[in-house]
Amino acid sequence: MASTATVATPHHVAAHKAPTGIWSWITTVDHKRIGILYGVTSFLFFLVGGLEAILVRIQLAVPNNDFISAELYNQLFTMHALTMIFLALMPLTAAFFNYLVPLQIGARDVAFPRLNALSYWIFLFGGIFFNIGFLLPLFGGESQAPNAGWFAYAPITTRTYTPGLNMDFYVLGLQIVGLSSIIASLNFIITIINLRAPGMRLMRMPIFTWMVLVTNVLIVTAMAVFTIAVTELMFDRMFGTNFFNPAKGGDPMMWQHLFWIFGHPEVYILILPIMGMVSEVLPTFSRKPLFGYNVMVFSGILIGWLGWGVWSHHMFATGMGPIADTFFALSTMLIAIPTGIKIFNWLGTMWGGAIRFTTAMNFSIAFIAMFTLGGISGVMHSVAPADLQQTDTYFVVAHLHYVFFGGTVLGLWSGMYYWYPKVFGRMLDERLGHVHFWLTLIGMNVTFFPMHFLGLFGMPRRIFTYADNLGFNEMNMLATVGSLMISLGTLVFAFNLFTAWKRGRVAGPNPWGASTLEWSIPSPPPEYNFRELPVVRSRMPLWEGDPTKEAAIPHGRHEEDTQTVSFAGKTAEMPFPDDESKMSAHDLGIHLPPPSYWPVVLAAGITLTFGGLIFRPLDGALHNLWYVSILGVVLTAVSIYSWAFEPGH
Amino acid sequence: MKSRVNLFGPRWSALPPEPDVPGRSLASRLGLRSAPLLAAVLAGCSEEKHLQTYPQTIYAPRSEFADKLLDLQNLITYLGVAVGLLVFAIMAYIMVKFRYRPGMPEPEQIHGNTKLELAWTLIPALILAVIAVPTVRTIFETQQKAPDNAVVVDVIGWQWWWEFKYPVDGGRDTVITANEIHVPVGTPVHLRLTAGDVLHSFWVPQMGGKRDLINGKTNHIVFTPNEPGIYLGQCAEYCGDSHALMKMRLIAHDSAGYREWLRNEASPAPEPTDSSIALGKKLVTQGACAGCHIIQGVPTMVGRTGPNLTHFGRRRTLAAGIVENNAENLAAWLRNPPAMKPGAKMPNLNLKDEEIRYMVAYLQSLQ
Repeated sequence: MASTATVATPHHVAAHKAPTGIWSWITTVDHKRIGILYGVTSFLFFLVGGLEAILVRIQLAVPNNDFISAELYNQLFTMHALTMIFLALMPLTAAFFNYLVPLQIGARDVAFPRLNALSYWIFLFGGIFFNIGFLLPLFGGESQAPNAGWFAYAPITTRTYTPGLNMDFYVLGLQIVGLSSIIASLNFIITIINLRAPGMRLMRMPIFTWMVLVTNVLIVTAMAVFTIAVTELMFDRMFGTNFFNPAKGGDPMMWQHLFWIFGHPEVYILILPIMGMVSEVLPTFSRKPLFGYNVMVFSGILIGWLGWGVWSHHMFATGMGPIADTFFALSTMLIAIPTGIKIFNWLGTMWGGAIRFTTAMNFSIAFIAMFTLGGISGVMHSVAPADLQQTDTYFVVAHLHYVFFGGTVLGLWSGMYYWYPKVFGRMLDERLGHVHFWLTLIGMNVTFFPMHFLGLFGMPRRIFTYADNLGFNEMNMLATVGSLMISLGTLVFAFNLFTAWKRGRVAGPNPWGASTLEWSIPSPPPEYNFRELPVVRSRMPLWEGDPTKEAAIPHGRHEEDTQTVSFAGKTAEMPFPDDESKMSAHDLGIHLPPPSYWPVVLAAGITLTFGGLIFRPLDGALHNLWYVSILGVVLTAVSIYSWAFEPGH
Repeated sequence: MKSRVNLFGPRWSALPPEPDVPGRSLASRLGLRSAPLLAAVLAGCSEEKHLQTYPQTIYAPRSEFADKLLDLQNLITYLGVAVGLLVFAIMAYIMVKFRYRPGMPEPEQIHGNTKLELAWTLIPALILAVIAVPTVRTIFETQQKAPDNAVVVDVIGWQWWWEFKYPVDGGRDTVITANEIHVPVGTPVHLRLTAGDVLHSFWVPQMGGKRDLINGKTNHIVFTPNEPGIYLGQCAEYCGDSHALMKMRLIAHDSAGYREWLRNEASPAPEPTDSSIALGKKLVTQGACAGCHIIQGVPTMVGRTGPNLTHFGRRRTLAAGIVENNAENLAAWLRNPPAMKPGAKMPNLNLKDEEIRYMVAYLQSLQ
């Protein structure tokens, strides 16, 4: 059949009639639109979290600084972590899950499209709710954002020690966004298990989709534990229970155990999808398959499973006794093995290849290097006695930022540069991309590498200032300078993201010459994704059987108006992108789930139900506003009922 | 190189050690424990100089507990750096050797290699086994029950100060002090740690690792200081507004010095020697201070909320280690405690400057 390479003419977006306007976005159940909504919203929250970090860094640039008060500082470092983890990084990975998983498995949408939309709206409303504490000065009050650290150890989080609304925003906000994650993860697990195209056995799935599956199993289980812990804290604060009140027999250790049983799988939730992304990017730009696909799948599953058995390595200083310390030290060392295996398999992928250093590839390579450093400091933490000097100091801050920033963020940026052309039909500017890359890579090392030394030289974490004579001055100033470099890089990126959408070089279906199914359809894809659902015979449908695999990669400096090249694989019977691909779903007789406003209404009901409780601890007239929570319950019930009986046509 | 500000009077390390004191190990004196770090960072710097620049560093161990932890830290640093350099070297090679060059043939489409997978599974496992053995050994060695001759100190953490209680006289009596913990060199010290309000963590890096103070639980640290000196410490578990300002000093004496300190600390507060001190005593002991503080020998001071002030004048720092204990700083503290320490439980009592002057005189007389 069609095996010749053809040149796609420079069309703009496919000419099918996608609905437009705000209402179409509010009622959309299309996984691609929901992915874009997640992506834009979480990127904006990333900027918010970054601003919080910059304020922290300015305060710490010099000793005994009074740029911000201790109280505000404590809110800023707490919200920096909460925003980055729950409102930026997790939803950014969700954006990729949403957009790509149906495309990679050859499906038209996820299993439950309205539920998918619901997850997004709950996330948006919950994210806003979380930040309301900062906005209270606008109403004449004090800023009362959560302030006891993102891991919120009891008993400082009980009402006795945090009488203000700070930790009420914490418990209620987390309940809301937690619900969003759990709902979405169920959706993805079912989608991946049930909606794969014919012939796509599990071991033929793209590695990214595999990691999405493992991650979502972790999400649904870990978030369940966290929900319990947060509910108990909520009941302590609002309804007079004593789970964590030592005066009445509550146990602070129980909070730590519950939290970290969630918290450790959480960090694997944040890294496994990224590992999947990087495992897609590296083969494409090395022109070789992923080295050791089976091992990569199994090591991912193993990391997910072993991740449940290491949680108390966060608690080595709490006096659990030598047997518990030994168990967790050893289990933590054990988990380093599948992680190391992945690193070597990525090197094996690149070895012997023909590497093209696009921005996406650069970020993936940098990810390997930075995540290796983060993993090494992680193994250092696993040595329990040595950890007694490292824990609760800037050494941990260094470690966690190497894995979260050097790992998750760099990997996400790699994914953005790689898949942006698919989503928007335009390439991101590669020159700006290289500026972004170098500012970010150098900036992150200037910021976080000195922190290893700061910690070992005696600087604890979560301190709003430090004394002049402890030797911390120069390294803190350096870290602040680095953070400004990161900001500059991020702003360059934001500019690129928001302008390339309209003005970037047009991308065809497969600008990178990649091998997986999403690259066989137009960019951006039509509403129905595939004109005909493909039959899959190989792990790399677009590569197997075609010896040339040549794809001119648009390169700003050398080629103007480069056209993209795409080709059909011999072993995958799929429609070639052509005029028929640009017809609307209706014309082709494809039934798609209709838009619906019940997700946004139900999300509002859920947010009101939990959010309304924020008024309970207040005195006076404001206290009665908590009845809005009852209103939320009613709205929730009505929405669920209406949703259930909503017609599907 | 900055010289350390000398807050603390004569340096204890200038005094000759007691004859029978084990002292620091040879390795430590030769700076061998700090060597890996220092070699990596700067050539030719001594441990003493490093300690002067970074007074809270873990790289100047002064107890056998700290020695053991640093040995482990050095082991994993060596191995970690080696692994990191190896991976980076391979990456650098790959990025140069396997760059795309126009006209090059398509790369060989390799899907994997079982032998390599086995190798890079087993070799890291072996490296981890090398780390695991001393790790487990050290875990058990450092969590032994305290020997019978250990000096016991009960440590209670409060927002934002440290309470230290020494059972004396066979447990029949207790000496209570705050923010400065005195210990003898050469004798095991057994700290029993618990929290009074929220979680805290006791950390004096040169004495060893930290241990959390947790409500309803008694945690333990056992260590034997091996050199007299003044050692800095800081709370290492977020505990509220002034977590950053909850510091302490650990002062290790030779055994005679320690006995002298303990005897003095156990004695009641000295009586005023002149009229301004007497007036200060009246203001302190019959004013608002009595509701929160104790001064031994003064029955009106019944408070249990704040630090014990019996020998406050001998402490080198005030407000939990954040400023030098001198007249100027003490006056500033009395004038407005929350200004020096955000959220401090000691309120602004709106004292007049005149009153403050006398109170300072009295408090400083409490030697």
